[in-house]
Amino acid sequence: MSDIILSGRNLSKFYKQRSGKLGLGTTLVKALDNVSVDLRQGTTLAIVGESGSGKSTLARCLLQLQPLDGGEVIFQGEDLAGLSGAKLRAQRRYLQMVFQDPFASLNPRMRIGEIVGEGLLIHQLGDAEERRERVVRMLTRVGLAESDMAKYPHQFSGGQRQRIGIARALVLEPKVVVCDEPVSALDVSIQAQILLLLRELQQEMALSYLFISHDLRVVRHIADEVAVMHRGRLIEQGPVERIYDTPSEEYTRNLLQSIPGRHALAA
Amino acid sequence: MKRALSNPLAFAGFVIIAGIMLLAIFAPLIAPYDPNAIDVQAILLPPSSNHWMGTDGLGRDVFSRMLFGARISLMVGIVAVGIATAIGIVLGAISGYYRGWVDVIIMRLVDVMLSIPTFFLILAVIAFLTPSIWNIMIVIGLTSWMGVTRLVRAEFLSLRGREFVMASETLGARDGRLIFKHLLPNSLTPIIVSSVLGVASAVLVESGLSFLGLGVQAPQASWGNILTDGKEYIEFAWWLSLFPGLAILITVLGYNLLGEGLRDALDPRSTK
Repeated sequence: MSDIILSGRNLSKFYKQRSGKLGLGTTLVKALDNVSVDLRQGTTLAIVGESGSGKSTLARCLLQLQPLDGGEVIFQGEDLAGLSGAKLRAQRRYLQMVFQDPFASLNPRMRIGEIVGEGLLIHQLGDAEERRERVVRMLTRVGLAESDMAKYPHQFSGGQRQRIGIARALVLEPKVVVCDEPVSALDVSIQAQILLLLRELQQEMALSYLFISHDLRVVRHIADEVAVMHRGRLIEQGPVERIYDTPSEEYTRNLLQSIPGRHALAA
Repeated sequence: MKRALSNPLAFAGFVIIAGIMLLAIFAPLIAPYDPNAIDVQAILLPPSSNHWMGTDGLGRDVFSRMLFGARISLMVGIVAVGIATAIGIVLGAISGYYRGWVDVIIMRLVDVMLSIPTFFLILAVIAFLTPSIWNIMIVIGLTSWMGVTRLVRAEFLSLRGREFVMASETLGARDGRLIFKHLLPNSLTPIIVSSVLGVASAVLVESGLSFLGLGVQAPQASWGNILTDGKEYIEFAWWLSLFPGLAILITVLGYNLLGEGLRDALDPRSTK
């Protein structure tokens, strides 16, 4: 199959939590317990699991938004966990993220043009005119208009805001995009549109997606491979059909059983 | 801002403050007399059409002195709060953004400063320095930055975890961009409100210091020292105490109304 573009090896992340009488003791919460994942070039790997299973932590640790307590993240032959400062910032261009909450993920005091163009400005790509052109092209591609550049986020609906978030991530022409529950805050009718847009863009721009979700119906639509997380551990990983048809773990079976209307889905 | 001024309280405060500021700015044009001109022929005259607020023990026109005193009060209030806000934003931003041991040190410093009664600290410091309007502004500023520091720190802590800040970090933004482009602009509302309220208390502190003779020195007029002059004659020259007292009251009230009105109008969580 295709090459591995992003690879997490033996990732660990702990949180200390106060416990016991007067909060004097500490217990270690393992948010990530020796997790290894591989994302193949041009494919979508879905990370599924219930709330608190560590899937968002995994996403943030892969992008180095949170420091790891152990393990390495290999991207383009380099260990991101070992990079710091300017070197890490330079790599960020190729690793982007689409966030869950379309209302919290856009700075309310910045115009859309500024929001989408921020990455180009940070990495000093092209001159002002070229940057503007790229922002316009990206905005039109995700279904917005050039005139939207002068507007503020509160003038848009949730679905439009998510399109802006996607434009912001993709204008940098990244290689890997982490989608952290990108449609879970949207109406069902809008969800399908956004998922379709993500899939089209994946093909046009040869993107690799790491798709975090708790919604197994959404995952079935978009993923090539699925990894199931439970209590900070990766318990099962494989092609989407195999996981859905013949799950090997009890937990995965329970998760699949809980899909509302799964009979209709199977039919 | 439009929304803020549609709030009746904020609007009333705004009108009061704007009115007093205009009077202060155009004091030399409005004042009917030289505020320091002594006229022994007109000592302790009650308010009349010649002297709207009467004259003081040296025959100086109280209305003219009040106008020039307004300049002092407003300037002290604004400059002192400017100093305090600047210190507060810098320390609060460092504290809230970098956290860790810097945060611990800055917050303990805030606790120490808050545990000292500010007015007595200012009194003690002024007693060592020569009382001048500049010293007063600096000392008030240096002793009232703690509230803003805590406020900015709290705002930064809560904004730091928001997705739009994380998004900018994912794009590759440096600390400076995160702070000045994302965190600070979204913390401005509470900072403005607390600054406006801070001006009210700075005006009060300056009046108090001048009243005690540690503030603005005679013959320069300030509302505080007009009050002091008036206290010797309070039994038969009520106008010397009433007008400066009223002026201080109205100014402080104006700033408080404006500050609280702004808070209500700009805070999306507050209900109408």
